[in-house]
Amino acid sequence: MSSASTAAMSPPFPAERGLDVYNKKLGMWVFLASEVMFFAALIGSYVVLRFGAPGDWARPGVVLNIKITAFNTFLLICSSVSMVKAFAAIADGDPGKMRIWLLVTIIGGACFVGIQVFEYTHLVERGFLPSGVRDGSELADMVAKGQLPAATMGLYGSTFFTMTGFHGFHVTCGVVSMAYLFLTKALPGKYTPEDYAGIETVGLYWHFVDLVWIILFTIVYLV
Amino acid sequence: MATATHKHPPYLLIWLYLAVLTAAELGLAFQLPISRNLKLLLLLITAVWKALLVALYFMHLKFEGWNLRIMVLIPVPLALIFIAAGMSEHIW
Repeated sequence: MSSASTAAMSPPFPAERGLDVYNKKLGMWVFLASEVMFFAALIGSYVVLRFGAPGDWARPGVVLNIKITAFNTFLLICSSVSMVKAFAAIADGDPGKMRIWLLVTIIGGACFVGIQVFEYTHLVERGFLPSGVRDGSELADMVAKGQLPAATMGLYGSTFFTMTGFHGFHVTCGVVSMAYLFLTKALPGKYTPEDYAGIETVGLYWHFVDLVWIILFTIVYLV
Repeated sequence: MATATHKHPPYLLIWLYLAVLTAAELGLAFQLPISRNLKLLLLLITAVWKALLVALYFMHLKFEGWNLRIMVLIPVPLALIFIAAGMSEHIW
């Protein structure tokens, strides 16, 4: 693998002086840099609230369903691979393969959102809400038996739903953007080896969403 | 239409690394009988490792120029300072 051959995959657009990237890609990177600070605010709040909380936090796996979320994590990683395969296919001049990989990515992203909605529904049914635990629910019984800490369930609920909710919103935006590009650009054959900036920039966004989930999965579900 | 095939990073190998590291994280979190602090440290290292694989190979940061890399990396230390500042006020 050489950096020269891989750098040649970028569409041959006029590059911005000094940075050697075209302006759409630069714009996406600047946006993603701002997104780093956005998610840092959410993760930072979670860390401060969790480790400064007046009492224990629920142990991993007691409230949240780890198996289904681990599968969802794997699904998002797979969709990241399919996205980069779509990028590689159009860079190599194969729009047919690019369409297939892009469609696989859209389906993978939509499944991730669907599974997250299922997870939320299941959690709410068990009594886990953004405000804490619902009276009379299964989780309220566990709190009463001392299996879950009463003092921190409100903080747990609010931080969990805020972080995963904002991430889910980002995934939804990615799926909608990719579906739009698929219908208006990929299907009519507007992407060529000379012009595939849309695939590259939406791909950067999609990989960033995957990267954020990798961090969130660890600190929210496993720690 | 150009049909030249470019040399790409080994995307499927990176996917395999990510899948194995995710499985390792699950084993680490629920199977390994080690202290909570060591577990936390190992889980964070694994998560950062996975995030770096995505950024370097899927986002092609490994193959970009230094100017773009520096511009992209600037928010990372800022974010860490931001989190550390919050922790210092409320925890330490």
